[in-house]
Amino acid sequence: MKRWLFWVPLAAFVVLVIVVALNLRPTDTTVRSRLVGKPLPAFTLAASVPGKPGLSDAAFRDGKPKLLNVFASWCVPCLAEAPKLLRLQEAGADIRAVAIRDRSADVERFLAENGDPYAAIGDDPTSQVQLALGSSGVPETFVIDGKGIIRAQHIGDIRDSDVPELLRTLEAAR
Amino acid sequence: MSRTTLAALALLLGAPALAQSGLPPAPLAYTQLPDPAQEAEAKALMNTLRCLVCQGQSIADSDAEMAGDMRALVRERIAQGEKPEAVRAWLIERYGSYVSYDPPLDAATLPLWIAPLVLLAAGILLARRSIRRRRRA
Repeated sequence: MKRWLFWVPLAAFVVLVIVVALNLRPTDTTVRSRLVGKPLPAFTLAASVPGKPGLSDAAFRDGKPKLLNVFASWCVPCLAEAPKLLRLQEAGADIRAVAIRDRSADVERFLAENGDPYAAIGDDPTSQVQLALGSSGVPETFVIDGKGIIRAQHIGDIRDSDVPELLRTLEAAR
Repeated sequence: MSRTTLAALALLLGAPALAQSGLPPAPLAYTQLPDPAQEAEAKALMNTLRCLVCQGQSIADSDAEMAGDMRALVRERIAQGEKPEAVRAWLIERYGSYVSYDPPLDAATLPLWIAPLVLLAAGILLARRSIRRRRRA
C-alpha cells in the first residue's frame, strides 16, 4: 500500500477538528420565528379587557406599520419592558398586543399599575396565536408593516437601547 | 424564635417567581383524544416535537405550559383530520426544523446521511485490496 494513504485518517481527523473549532460558539438557544418577511398568519382574538378592542390580523393591513407585542401580566420581564413600550407609544408607535394565558382582571391590574401603551389587546388563553406567530416566549415584539408583513421580531424584553432601533425599523416599514 | 428560624420561614413564604400563568392547561393538553387511532398518531408526533422552552425535552415529556399548549394544538389538528406530517410542517414553517426531532434531509443534515455510506465504501475498498494482496502473497 502507498505510504501516504497511511496518513489519510489522521489528516481527515485534523480537518474535522479544524472545521468544528471554527464553528464553535456559545450555544444560542433563542428560537427565532421563521415568519419574518412573511405575512402575519390569520387570527381573530376576542378582547382581553373591557373597553378595548380585540385583535385580528386584518387590523395590521391598514397601511400603517405597527408593533405587535406578545405579553402577559404574569411575566416578570414584561414588567421591566412596560416603561419602554410607553416611550415607544409616546414616540408615535401604534402598539397592539396579544395577552398570553391571562385573565381579564389581571391584565387590567397590570395596565393600571404599569401604564397602558396598547391600542388593542387580544386574549390568547391557550397560546394558539403565539404558536401561529412562531413566538416561543413572553415578551416578544413583532414589527408589522402596513401590508401585514412581519418585518422584524424582538425576542425578550425591550431595553432602553432597543427603543431607537425599534423606532427605526417601524419607520423603515412605512 | 431565633433569627435563623425566622429567615428560614421567610424563605419558605417567599413566592417563587415562576414563569407560569394562573390559567388552567388547555383542554387537550392532558386529555387524550377519544379515537385511539388518532391519539396514537398524535402521541407519535408529540414524541418527535421539541419543547421550545425546555429544549432537551419533547412536548410529550414536558410539563411546561407552552408544551401543553403545543400538545393541545397537535391533538386539535389531528382530531380535525390533519395528517401528522402536515402538523409538523406547519410548526417547522414557524420555528424551523429545530422544532422537530426528526429533521428533514437538507444541506445541513446531508453529511450525516452521506458520511457513513462514504466511510463504508472506503472500508470495503480497503478490505478488498488488502485481501487480494494477501492472496497473491
